[in-house]
Amino acid sequence: MNAIFEGIGASVRRKEDLRFISGRGHYTDDMNRTGQLHCILKRSDRPHAIIRSIDTSAAKAAPGVVAVFTHADLDADGVGGVPCGWQIHSKDGSPMVEPAHPVLATGRVRHVGDPIVAVIAETRQQAKDAAELLVIDFEDLPAVAHIADAIAPGAPLVHDAAPGNTCFDWHIGDKAMVDAAFERAAHRVKLDLTNNRLVPNAMEPRCAIGDYDPMSGDFTLITTSQNPHVIRLLMGAFVLHIPEHRLRVVAPDVGGGFGSKIYHYAEEAIVTWAAGKLHRPVKWTSDRTEAFMSDAHGRDHASTAEMALDAEGNFLALRVSTVANLGAYLSTFAPAVPTYLSATLLAGVYRTPAIYAEVRAIFTNTVPIDAYRGAGRPESTFLLERLLDTIAHDTGIDRIELRRRNFIPADAFPYQTPVALQYDSGDYQSTLNAALKAADWDGFPARKAEANSRGKLRGIGVSTYVEACGIAPSKLVGALGARAALYEVAQIRVHPTGSVSVFTGTHSHGQGHETTFAQLVASQLGIPYENVDIVHGDTNKIPFGMGTYGSRSLAVGGSAMVKAMDKIILKGRKIAAHLLEAAVEDVVFENGQFTVAGTDRSKSFGEIALTAYVPHNYPIEELEPGLEETAFYDPANFTFPGGCHICEVEIDPETGVTTVVNFTAVDDVGRVINPMIVEGQIQGGVAQGIGQALLENAVYDQQGQLVSASFMDYTMPRADDLPNISVGTETTLCTHNPLGVKGCGEVGAIGSPPSVINAVVDALSDYGVRHLDMPATAHKIWSIINASGMKMAAE
Amino acid sequence: MYDFTYEKPTAIAAATATLAADMEAKALAGGQTFIPVLKQRLNKPTVVVDLSKLGLTGITVTPSTVTIGAMTTHATVANSAEVQKAIPALAHLASMIGDRQVRARGTIGGSLANNDPSACYPSAVLALGATITTDRRTIAADDYFQGMFTTALEQGEIITSVTFPVPEKAAYQKFRNPASRYAMVGVFVAKFAAGVRVAITGAAQGGVFRHAAFEAALSANFSPDAIAGIATPADDLNSDIHASAEYRAHLIGVMSKRAVAAA
Repeated sequence: MNAIFEGIGASVRRKEDLRFISGRGHYTDDMNRTGQLHCILKRSDRPHAIIRSIDTSAAKAAPGVVAVFTHADLDADGVGGVPCGWQIHSKDGSPMVEPAHPVLATGRVRHVGDPIVAVIAETRQQAKDAAELLVIDFEDLPAVAHIADAIAPGAPLVHDAAPGNTCFDWHIGDKAMVDAAFERAAHRVKLDLTNNRLVPNAMEPRCAIGDYDPMSGDFTLITTSQNPHVIRLLMGAFVLHIPEHRLRVVAPDVGGGFGSKIYHYAEEAIVTWAAGKLHRPVKWTSDRTEAFMSDAHGRDHASTAEMALDAEGNFLALRVSTVANLGAYLSTFAPAVPTYLSATLLAGVYRTPAIYAEVRAIFTNTVPIDAYRGAGRPESTFLLERLLDTIAHDTGIDRIELRRRNFIPADAFPYQTPVALQYDSGDYQSTLNAALKAADWDGFPARKAEANSRGKLRGIGVSTYVEACGIAPSKLVGALGARAALYEVAQIRVHPTGSVSVFTGTHSHGQGHETTFAQLVASQLGIPYENVDIVHGDTNKIPFGMGTYGSRSLAVGGSAMVKAMDKIILKGRKIAAHLLEAAVEDVVFENGQFTVAGTDRSKSFGEIALTAYVPHNYPIEELEPGLEETAFYDPANFTFPGGCHICEVEIDPETGVTTVVNFTAVDDVGRVINPMIVEGQIQGGVAQGIGQALLENAVYDQQGQLVSASFMDYTMPRADDLPNISVGTETTLCTHNPLGVKGCGEVGAIGSPPSVINAVVDALSDYGVRHLDMPATAHKIWSIINASGMKMAAE
Repeated sequence: MYDFTYEKPTAIAAATATLAADMEAKALAGGQTFIPVLKQRLNKPTVVVDLSKLGLTGITVTPSTVTIGAMTTHATVANSAEVQKAIPALAHLASMIGDRQVRARGTIGGSLANNDPSACYPSAVLALGATITTDRRTIAADDYFQGMFTTALEQGEIITSVTFPVPEKAAYQKFRNPASRYAMVGVFVAKFAAGVRVAITGAAQGGVFRHAAFEAALSANFSPDAIAGIATPADDLNSDIHASAEYRAHLIGVMSKRAVAAA
């Protein structure tokens, strides 16, 4: 194994960056097809209303307009609704309420941004002009946007089929065992907390181009997607009823996703269907304002967490009750986020013997919510790590000691949690120790005293976490309600002169796959890195793969590559054995050479490739020519990255402004292929985590209007909001995939938010603060300080 | 944006003639507010008159005044060694507007004509008691600002330059809106022989205003302590998702003290 991985671990510069930073990327909106039309969507400006009538006559007559479509047109063609990819069952065994999610609204609009009419014209300007001529008669209905309002008795219903606005009422764990543990507990600590709603805001807004060839009957969709095959499956099979061999989905360069580009969106179906109707390509491009009201949002949970402890501070049982806002309709994977992607992580890094969690998912008159970087794990991590510090606060046990006392020990793996998951590996004491050292935890009191002398409050916070990614074992997730498999595919095509094209079902939208995967394949095959090309994002080129999300690309997609390369190497050994007149079992492959063991007789990888394609001297009776192999890899388990994040903040008590002065992340992401890319991924994730903790908040008013609907009011983190982020890794290898990798894409966003809030609470400890919800804005902190009536000693 | 006719005159008379003749004609300075407004279809002008070729750029400094051409960009003011020497607070203010791209395009005249209640420049103009020169007259700062997005400018009137008296001391302190980076509270403090002027931007519903209580206290004793005990009423201040009126009232005090300390 060591020889195979020689060379891995180099910080190779990202080969894709040259085109990205020089403006030569090929993003969907950069593409224009001959005869292309432009689609503008008329969206609801009402949170909740009955559509009494739609008059499209003036719009249809406007200059340049080719077509104006409403739900009735789609319905006449048998177009289906947008499907949900995960089914959850309630406690009583009943399936979740799954209301229709029409491509264009019919009967009612249910959130600001709900699409109602598609206007298609020769130019985007003309389509916009015509959209202003639409006359829609609404009858406003009372709306609910916030969790508390939606679950209040007598609340207006978003869907008549969902009484109490409840989608499902699910649970996991052993309630009786938890109740019994609470009975005998020496300490019980309870905390109410929320996880704030976020707008993903990928740098590139969504875009889709539909095209249709009436000669062949072939449809093409070019779209900003993280997973083109998933879109082909969902849209082809459930919405437009196009057989897969007639539907090509291309996801070219995509400028960030963070989850928001996993899902099948109505706009993709509209442009594809309209292209078929009009026999011309149709493009839709979201602007930023539209993105705020149509890209799936993230988070928005309200929870109560309770821990039972013995007298020594050992955890006995955890009880969690969460209400999760899913928005107006079920987005593709929304039901999985608060349940199997969140509640199953409630053991965290601790050996809590009994856990019971219940999750009530609800509908509101808001943009649908789905997975956003971390997807459920940031929510459970925030809950758990805030609860840990609250336990320390209430019991007086030191917060580091409390964690150490309850850690799953390094020799306890594989470790079965009480909430379904089995962790394969980890060493939480080790990541904690490394982080404490890197952050100079012991030097904090001196730094605090120095800050106090300048009139500043200073706090430090820690978060120790584990997450589950590398999704996922298909059989397991199928049993949990997934309506898709979650294996990954790789096809390795060795060309006659020895260069290699790798076709992967994963998709890179900023992660650097073209570099990392090339390093992996080059080092494994012993060929130059430049000789490897990574191909992704086109269903006509790649085998059926599941795409990129949940930090799965290397752990699952990379493992598929290793499997495919194993087949290549085995075939190469057979060819070499023939050429070298040796037994196959005597031929070893190392550093790009097939060698008869113990001799100097060998053939290079390139010679074997040429022989495979020019089989003049070849065991043709036993072996097919060519050198190309495909492998599907279905993981045996999730992977479990984890680690420790430490945040240090200073607060200006006069203004309430928090500055993150130090941030240290020590993560165990398994084997690292490219340390520079891993560092960048973790820094980016931490930036989003700090953004959630201090700045970002999607705010709806009481009536259901999105108040923070642009960057004028939605605080995206900027470079100067962020500290230098120190990133370190401590590695334990994943035990069940061939590379020993775990995944690094989400750890930053998962581990960091509680460390920031723990630091803020620590800084405010003199003001009697036990908890505050995210985002910890200057206004919120000043209000706390102001209300406490305390003054800095310096004043 | 909607279609419009675009004109780029080279004489002020031509520009004012077009703007005077057509109520729906609009002047374009740096465009840092106006272009986004057009892109969002929130305004539908018939004609857009680009002021960039009217020769309205440049900075002139005398021992007692700094005069800035209306089409001078924020970046030019921020980086001007002469402004930095004469009224460093003014260069500092310009350096804190928007971001690098905005400062490269945005102009002082555009900012003042728009009079966004959260813009930075109005506070300097009002606190320094500047004089606004237009194509037809001069207007004192105290007469110029007439409420949110409202000024003394007449239809078709174009600002040509702004003249600032050089103070003994001055400073600008800005508490940024965390999202937009406009002033949530911006305080410009200027000390002259005749007394102290304090102008607050970003905080009030009506836009920039002078803080009479602070001015009186600081004219008597120009030190942060002089205003430490003076509360600012929250009654007419803005309240939004970023800051309540009470928080803004508090920040006015904090930022004013810091401005005095920095002056």
